[in-house]
Amino acid sequence: MPRFVTIWFRHLKTDWQSVRQPTLRSLPFVLAIPDHGRKIITAANPLAQQQGIEPGMVVADAKAIFPSLKIIDDDPSLPEKLLKSIAKYCIRYTDTVAIDLPDGLILDATGCAHLWGGEKNYIAEINSRLTNRGYDVRATMADTIGAAWAIAHYGGSSPIIEPGKQMEALLNLPPSALRLEPEVTDRLYKLGLRKISQFINMPRAALRRRFGQHTILRLDQALGNADEPITPIIPPEPFRERLPCLEPIVTLTGIEIALQRMLNAQSLTLNAKGMGLRKAVFTCYRIDNKVEQVEIGTSRATANPKHLFKLFEEKIQTIEPALGIELFILDATRTEKIINRQESIWSTTGGLEDPAIAELVDRLSNRFGSSPIKRYQPDERHMPENSFKPVVNLLESMVDGSRLTVDGFQWTTDRLRPISLLSRPEPIDVTAPIPDYPPMNFRYRNKLHKIKKADGPERIEPEWWISEGRHRDYYAVEDEEGGRYWIFRAGHYAADRSPNWFIHGYFA
Amino acid sequence: MLSAKSDIISRLKREILPLEGLRATRPESARGLGLDFMSEAFPQGSFPLGAVHELINEGAESAIASVGFIAGLLGGLMKNGGATVWIGNAPTLFPPALKTFGINPGQVIFIDLKKEKDQLWAMEEALKCSALSAVIGEIPELSFTHSRRFQLAVEQSKTTGFILRNSPRALTPNACIARWKIKPLPSINEEGLPGLGHPAWEVSLLKIRNGRPQSWIVEWKNGKFRQVAEAAPAIILHPTRKTG
Repeated sequence: MPRFVTIWFRHLKTDWQSVRQPTLRSLPFVLAIPDHGRKIITAANPLAQQQGIEPGMVVADAKAIFPSLKIIDDDPSLPEKLLKSIAKYCIRYTDTVAIDLPDGLILDATGCAHLWGGEKNYIAEINSRLTNRGYDVRATMADTIGAAWAIAHYGGSSPIIEPGKQMEALLNLPPSALRLEPEVTDRLYKLGLRKISQFINMPRAALRRRFGQHTILRLDQALGNADEPITPIIPPEPFRERLPCLEPIVTLTGIEIALQRMLNAQSLTLNAKGMGLRKAVFTCYRIDNKVEQVEIGTSRATANPKHLFKLFEEKIQTIEPALGIELFILDATRTEKIINRQESIWSTTGGLEDPAIAELVDRLSNRFGSSPIKRYQPDERHMPENSFKPVVNLLESMVDGSRLTVDGFQWTTDRLRPISLLSRPEPIDVTAPIPDYPPMNFRYRNKLHKIKKADGPERIEPEWWISEGRHRDYYAVEDEEGGRYWIFRAGHYAADRSPNWFIHGYFA
Repeated sequence: MLSAKSDIISRLKREILPLEGLRATRPESARGLGLDFMSEAFPQGSFPLGAVHELINEGAESAIASVGFIAGLLGGLMKNGGATVWIGNAPTLFPPALKTFGINPGQVIFIDLKKEKDQLWAMEEALKCSALSAVIGEIPELSFTHSRRFQLAVEQSKTTGFILRNSPRALTPNACIARWKIKPLPSINEEGLPGLGHPAWEVSLLKIRNGRPQSWIVEWKNGKFRQVAEAAPAIILHPTRKTG
């Protein structure tokens, strides 16, 4: 069962001013901002409020009530800054602290109170700490944020609502305790609904029609029937390992031991949740306040500490410990669910799905980057050099059935194709008897090849809708020594120019 | 008496082989390669898998013939969906053509590395991976140390390695189990058909540990190796018999 604490700062801004300037503590003062040529009070300290000065009044009116009133300029961005810094301070109570503008904090205290000896002590501790810092606060605890907020602002006998008792606690509170929009609250009052108990049991459909979906949501959130997401000031790192060191670590062996221990711990937590790691960052905090970081990525989610250590092993050489490292943090910045595959017992060599291959690819791409590692898929293009293309995501398609027709294209096998293709065709000198007959011989790299056998021509046209260019007439030829080549003539024969012949590949 | 002696010798040979790092390959996986006609040249009568072979090439034509021979072997090795790694300098292979040799081009991972140091490192890492059917490296120069590292890697992983050495500067002894040389021969036409026939090579096994070097004329026909003529006389480079 979750437990939430809300902290309400009754006079956040004025309290802060008093903390900064202790002389203000005994004086009535207000904060004001200029608005349409006059000054409007945005906050008043308790002493000023005793004089009947409330936020929203015009400064001139307030001065009429209390002539020696001190006026300080307000800064609208101040509450957020203040709450953030107090929220950071409150990390000591729980790691999930969110700010609730304009004047509150929300703490997810689930499973934290026992560390302070119970919920009562927990609340008392928060109250006294913040009061000592000079803030007038009211901290309350309940199963839901809505209920805790309600009793913080609108009282209740005790600051703690027992688990499951939020309904009873809310019954006697006014509707504004539900954090409704002002217009809705006004309408409720107009209808004489001054307590939550008066409308909490009304049919939902009627409530929705008259007061809107938001009212229903707030009611559900306060009762615990609907979730209320909060944004913690420090976003949670779900898989994070910390290793503080008593003595600063300066040696590579020390770093390796630390990393190994953290990887083992992390793989246990990952395994427990069925998750695997895709990206991890290993951060070393040095005693001279510098931070050293190394990062690794894997091609498939894994929680194998041995493999992860191998990936890190190359990179941790670059860590400069200088005077020593006092804290190691290992963050799994990207995790994915591990899809367990059925192990096949019989096949000695698995296909591309084998995790060992993913680990090999990780090690290689960790060292060389991913660009030199390629796998090819067919492309539906005419020109041989365009008829295949690298698989975009090397391992993603390995995962889903590597039978490889990623785009639904098939490798064509109906034509004779050379096993080796030159990256670009190279010009050759050719003696050919008559047009469209295979050549008699050709000269390539200063070697004359006498052609004994030939196949062809096979005409390959460029795609006119993609690129311009001349068609090619390909011949597969064999010379007297048994070398087999793929040569082509670009374009037609023409009287005014000698034909261009090229070599494009070798047959096995 | 004599038969007892030969029994003892053959038993000792069997015992020595594993000590030399050669594991008995399971005959059924070697049979899939279709090199049965070569069996008497190999130790224990089957193509040594789980070892590193080197192929010496001089010139582009010979290199391509070697690629063709390896492609034919890979077709058998990758039959049950295995994957291979091909480490080279620059992309030269034409993936669509691999299909003719019974290889699914998508199952081949190409790694193009410029530096020889990187190639050797990648080759060793890949040979350590037991999930691969084979690893092919286009590495011209291979020192004794590296060949031994490769050999140690494959002894653990039982992966088969092929090293294509294109115009090597020096042919020093190394720890590879076999040294091959493939030369292209004029293709063999079916009766009376014009044009190019089935590719044919002169396959020479120059060196083989515990085997008998030999050479054959092989053609690639209908997805299978086939011996064409009678084997040429065995090439014996180093006389194995000692006198005295």
